[in-house]
Amino acid sequence: MKTGIGVFIAAFAALGASWAGFVLAPALQLGGTKVTTVLNSTDAYPVQRPGEAALGLQVYRANGCAACHTQQVQQDGTSFEVVLTGAGKDPVSVSNLAAGLKLTGLTKEAADAAAKSLADAGGKTETHLSGTGADISRGWGSRHSVAVDFLYDAPVQPGSLRAGPDLTNIGARAADANWQLVHLYAPRAIVKDSTMPSFAYLFEVRPATGSAEALKLPAGFAAPAGSEVVPTPAAKQLAAYLLSLHADAPLYEAPYSQLAKP
Amino acid sequence: MNPIDNKSPAACSSEIDASLRVPLLALFGGAALWLVVGLVFGLLAGIKFHAPDFLGACPLMTYGRLAPAANDAVLYGFAIPAALGVILWILSRLSGMPVALPIVPVVAANIWNLGVLVGTVGILIGESTGYPWLEYPRAAAVLLFAAFLLIAVSAAATFGWRRQRELFPAHWFLFAALLWFPWIYSSANLFLTAVHVPRGMVQAVIDWWFGNNLLFVWLSLAGIGIAFYFLPKIGGRPLASSGYALFGFLTLMFFGSWVGIPVGAPVPAWLPTVSSVAAMLSIPAVIAIVIVGLRTACGAKAVCRGGPFCFMWFGLVSFFLGSILYLITGCPHFGHLVQFTWYGVGQTQLTLLGFFVMVVLGGIYEILSNTTGLELPFPKLGKAHFYLAMLGVLLYAVPLLIGGVEQGIRLQNPAVPFADANTAALLWLRISSTGQLLLILGSLLLALNIFVMTIKWKIALGKSLFAAVTAPLPVTEVKA
Repeated sequence: MKTGIGVFIAAFAALGASWAGFVLAPALQLGGTKVTTVLNSTDAYPVQRPGEAALGLQVYRANGCAACHTQQVQQDGTSFEVVLTGAGKDPVSVSNLAAGLKLTGLTKEAADAAAKSLADAGGKTETHLSGTGADISRGWGSRHSVAVDFLYDAPVQPGSLRAGPDLTNIGARAADANWQLVHLYAPRAIVKDSTMPSFAYLFEVRPATGSAEALKLPAGFAAPAGSEVVPTPAAKQLAAYLLSLHADAPLYEAPYSQLAKP
Repeated sequence: MNPIDNKSPAACSSEIDASLRVPLLALFGGAALWLVVGLVFGLLAGIKFHAPDFLGACPLMTYGRLAPAANDAVLYGFAIPAALGVILWILSRLSGMPVALPIVPVVAANIWNLGVLVGTVGILIGESTGYPWLEYPRAAAVLLFAAFLLIAVSAAATFGWRRQRELFPAHWFLFAALLWFPWIYSSANLFLTAVHVPRGMVQAVIDWWFGNNLLFVWLSLAGIGIAFYFLPKIGGRPLASSGYALFGFLTLMFFGSWVGIPVGAPVPAWLPTVSSVAAMLSIPAVIAIVIVGLRTACGAKAVCRGGPFCFMWFGLVSFFLGSILYLITGCPHFGHLVQFTWYGVGQTQLTLLGFFVMVVLGGIYEILSNTTGLELPFPKLGKAHFYLAMLGVLLYAVPLLIGGVEQGIRLQNPAVPFADANTAALLWLRISSTGQLLLILGSLLLALNIFVMTIKWKIALGKSLFAAVTAPLPVTEVKA
């Protein structure tokens, strides 16, 4: 490093390499991401957000919601479960055998072995796969987030801080537009100790007209007598966007199989 | 190598300082103001976690707008322009030349401040781009880019016309910093704020690349370059072990620039894996740089007592801690634990405010009275600023780091309800707000010193102008 040119070349080479690796290569590899299909189905995934929700993405951006909310479900691993679906010709011995076996929380090999021993005894089985991890146990999603989930979003806002819960699947977890709007207007009306700011400025308080759009607010948060709270277009778009957040389809790169509800 | 250059005597330091008077006052004055603005925004944003409805009726003051506006005002408003001022001064002094094209940095300082203003207002009215650390809308980004280029041109010309041929380690770091920023800033903006943005997660990858190269690599290059000039200068001894410095410089650039994709990000697995490996390979760079700094600083004859040497010292320690805390998030297990917690915020603030801002402040306090030819109006307040800033950084960052780990442990345990994990962090956030308050007080002292100094200088300038205008004409110029 005796000359300015030497320093310049070294810096140029270092930054150029990282630019090629982390800007150019992902743009070529990930930039070509295509719509995929839901596992064991022909349904396309993801689907474009409907117009109102696509506008809501911009409301989400403008108000910096991603400062406190992530849209990334994390997964630690997978676990297998063997379910007995038919007892065959000798139900008693098969069900006795099943009762003695460990059938949940298995590895792939253990699940195969258990399924084989049940099959040998004449039973019919199904093996199910599910993701494991704190986020999945919290009910925030069934699988980890993958790149294709964000295909149609610009800007993508995966978030980096969970001052509020993850929103990857908030559209499925709270699939009610009035709930979403009330929560935006008065977060503490729904979650007592919530630290979320109120987005009352996205709503209009006006003399009551008996509008169907007026929020149904709990006592203590209701508008003054004779007036009503109605959402502005921006609030409706934001709610539509939140309802459209549902990145939970099983995919080839993130598989799981839904267990039959007991 | 022009032989004539070697023979011409180097300009004396007072001549160099005089050439930088206006550019530096323009850069430092605007920066001091933005530091106050950024820290006040940060405090307002922090208060919202204790009183969520505080200023809630005003869309401009909602948390999601205030928080990025605060971060960007400190980074783009203070850290970068103030550092550029210090860098210009260092390069002029090392070149033995008055700054080349002195009008250029003055124009650039005004463009830069306009850019930060446009960007801050843009975020507050909801025109943020939505990409972390790149929130300023395109109009502001263009202004910042142009202003940076102008200052880089002035710095390059000063270096090109230098009268002293020797190249110091400080030079390496500062040159690389001058190249780094225009590249990453233009590249990220061209990809992300252009009309056709790349599809899906490519956007996030580019933003992570940009964030790492700005907040880790650029801050390290510029901050360490400044420290490697002032530590020997104030300490009165040459920089120790330039071999270590070279090793640190090269590994920081070649490996540090690949860090930044978080573990577990929803992207092809090779990306976070490469980042994790690069993070581990960058640790020796940080250690080598800190060894050079410590060897130079320890045993130096300079005393601390709240002066510029203290700022450099504290900055060096924060550089070590902040960088290591950042790089160890590349370890998959630890990275997963703290990924979505306040830990990241605490680490970023430790690096930004504890390392970079402190080093730049040390530089400003060291050269301010040289360039204006005036004494610091309130030297005691300058020293008080150090203690306020040191305490402020510790109270701001350390609780966030501890609270973040605690929050992470609770988030990892699905038996703990989410609300409880959140509440655990609130106590720590309360302490960190105290730190923000101290930082604001300190930044006000800096602003006071700079503004009183600027006014005094303008009054002196006005007086000398007035004297020149009203002086009786010399007899020789009077027509017969």
